[in-house]
Amino acid sequence: MSTAKHNTVLHVADVHMRFGGLHALADIDLEVEEGKIHAIIGPNGAGKSTLLNVCVGRLAPTSGAVVFDGQVITGMKPHQINQIGVARVFQTPEIFAELSVLENVMAPAFAKRDGAFKLNFMKNLARESEIREEAEHFIEDVGMKAELETPAGSLSRGDKRRLELAMCLIQHPKLLLLDEPTAGMSRHDTNTTIELLKKIKERGMTKVIIEHDMHVVFSLADKISVLAQGRIIAEGDPETVRNDPEVKKAYLGGAHE
Amino acid sequence: MLLLPKKELITFLIFALVVLTMPIWLIPFGGAYPGLMQKFAIFGLMAVGFNILFGLTGYLSFGHAAFLGVGSYTAVWSFKLLTMNALPAVIFAIIFSGLFALAIGYVSLRRSGIYFSILTLAFAQMSYNLAYSVLTPITNGETGLALTLQDPRVLDLAFAERGAGLPPVTLFGLDMAGYWGFYFTAVILIIGYFIAQKIAVSPFGMMLKGIKSNQNRMGYTGFNTKPYTLAAFVISGMYAGLAGGLLAVTDPLAGAERMQWTASGEVVLMVVLGGIGTMFGPVLGAWIIEYFSNIFSAINEGILHDVFGFLPTSVQDFIVPILALFVGEGWELTLGLMFMLVVIFLPGGLIEGYRRIMARLGGDRENGKSDAKQPVAEKAEDE
Ligand SMILES: Nc1ncnc2c1ncn2[C@@H]1O[C@H](COP(=O)(O)OP(=O)(O)OP(=O)(O)O)[C@@H](O)[C@H]1O
Ligand SMILES: [Mg+2]
Repeated sequence: MSTAKHNTVLHVADVHMRFGGLHALADIDLEVEEGKIHAIIGPNGAGKSTLLNVCVGRLAPTSGAVVFDGQVITGMKPHQINQIGVARVFQTPEIFAELSVLENVMAPAFAKRDGAFKLNFMKNLARESEIREEAEHFIEDVGMKAELETPAGSLSRGDKRRLELAMCLIQHPKLLLLDEPTAGMSRHDTNTTIELLKKIKERGMTKVIIEHDMHVVFSLADKISVLAQGRIIAEGDPETVRNDPEVKKAYLGGAHE
Repeated sequence: MLLLPKKELITFLIFALVVLTMPIWLIPFGGAYPGLMQKFAIFGLMAVGFNILFGLTGYLSFGHAAFLGVGSYTAVWSFKLLTMNALPAVIFAIIFSGLFALAIGYVSLRRSGIYFSILTLAFAQMSYNLAYSVLTPITNGETGLALTLQDPRVLDLAFAERGAGLPPVTLFGLDMAGYWGFYFTAVILIIGYFIAQKIAVSPFGMMLKGIKSNQNRMGYTGFNTKPYTLAAFVISGMYAGLAGGLLAVTDPLAGAERMQWTASGEVVLMVVLGGIGTMFGPVLGAWIIEYFSNIFSAINEGILHDVFGFLPTSVQDFIVPILALFVGEGWELTLGLMFMLVVIFLPGGLIEGYRRIMARLGGDRENGKSDAKQPVAEKAEDE
């Protein structure tokens, strides 16, 4: 599908995922182009998070493969997938609740700088000023400068999500996967997050975003894939998808359930 | 300050002072004799090391006594084969227990949570049973491994004639059985404490805390958690091995009972009692448990009668039998009660209790400042 102009960063190829009798993903074929924001929408239980789980190595697909940056990543460990440039914000925030906001953001910077493992136990964390400054910078970017020393566990749900976003952004990933990044946020915070995501888009980071908020989707996405009951039922630019009769049906059906 | 952040440096210096002045402040507690103080230092060290694994990563090992045992056996073999010098003995103890921990950790860390704990327990019990049976040529089975008059001691005997009796363990001429033995173990405890502090404030230490907090997130953040947990496991195993080596330094005897699961459980109690994940808590827990098992267990009804001698005989006859339940053979009852109280009311251990008291005092002081300055200043001086 990819033309000469666009490189495919992520290619989900014929992926099936079965949980016992449940066919959570059925024959998913998805191409995400470099530098684009690709939205995945669909009713609850459609398989959106499952799709991301397959992409980050949380789940091994029943069949099919995921190719990232020319490399088959199915079967790779989560840390290996992250090390080659994939970061993810989870639907239920995954943060280090006992660590401070600052430490939460410093940790991924270490993973980026030092790799998957480094036995630097005689170094002094307080003297890692470069990483500290970088972390502060990214925390400021998501508007949480005042919370540097707050234990992450005591943050509100929306703040945890913004923190998680900073944790991903500091790694400058090639591909950022966002599972409902604005859920639980106030309208104001949602807008700042959208602005932030737009800003990173200009830096050329490829993103896959799952979102229920249509306002967010249509103001961000270059391309939208609609997932329902484990299948992609429609795909294309926002305008095409908005007017697709299948999509209207799936959404109305989902809403009535 | 180059070595540790300021706050940690201060606690370190205070800690070093507390350890080295043990012979003084233990006098009122009736514990200022080398044998007990050596145990304070040795089990303090073991607890500090255990806390690197349990306190930082959250992995609860029930098999650390195995490393203690390996350390003891290794040290005694070093005495028998090479020299009565304590230094090579403890170095070999660290190396061998480290290798042993590498093997056990490699397998046990394939699982986490309760399964990890059970695997370590199984390995330790296996080591204990092997020490009693198949490995008798190395461990001398039930009798335990001790020095003999025929030991080769190649390094010592290359420079001196074999003496008449069993030689003492020395450190370049200093006899390790008495006060010098205490100072040797005390200095090693201080070094061990310093290293543990360095680990806690290092990026590596932060990763270990990250693993305890959210191991999955560590993976999606790009960390391979296995080598981190394995490193923590091996380091804490080396601390345990060093403790075992030091036990042999102060008394050159190694028996399999040191590897029994009750011994593994004891270090868990020490850390929980003092405060999981804190620096000084584990040491405090170790000291309290050693104190109870050595001093409380020695108190009998006769001593109690002496203590309460000022009371009328009828009251004495009433009080003493009740208190006697909690001392002597009943010391574990006291410890158990204390442990229960701590776990229920101070889940963060005794250190948390201390912090709460300090917070309350601090609060009082704040309040006091506004209405009455003078009495508060006096109170502070009294402390
Ligand atoms: N690990 C699992 N084991 C069994 N079933 C699972 C597992 N993960 C997801 N499922 C099921 O697969 C289906 C798709 O779930 P998924 O979380 O991907 O939906 P979603 O599209 O993200 O929904 P939502 O919008 O509510 O987040 C659901 O029916 C869910 O119960
Ligand atoms: Mg979901």
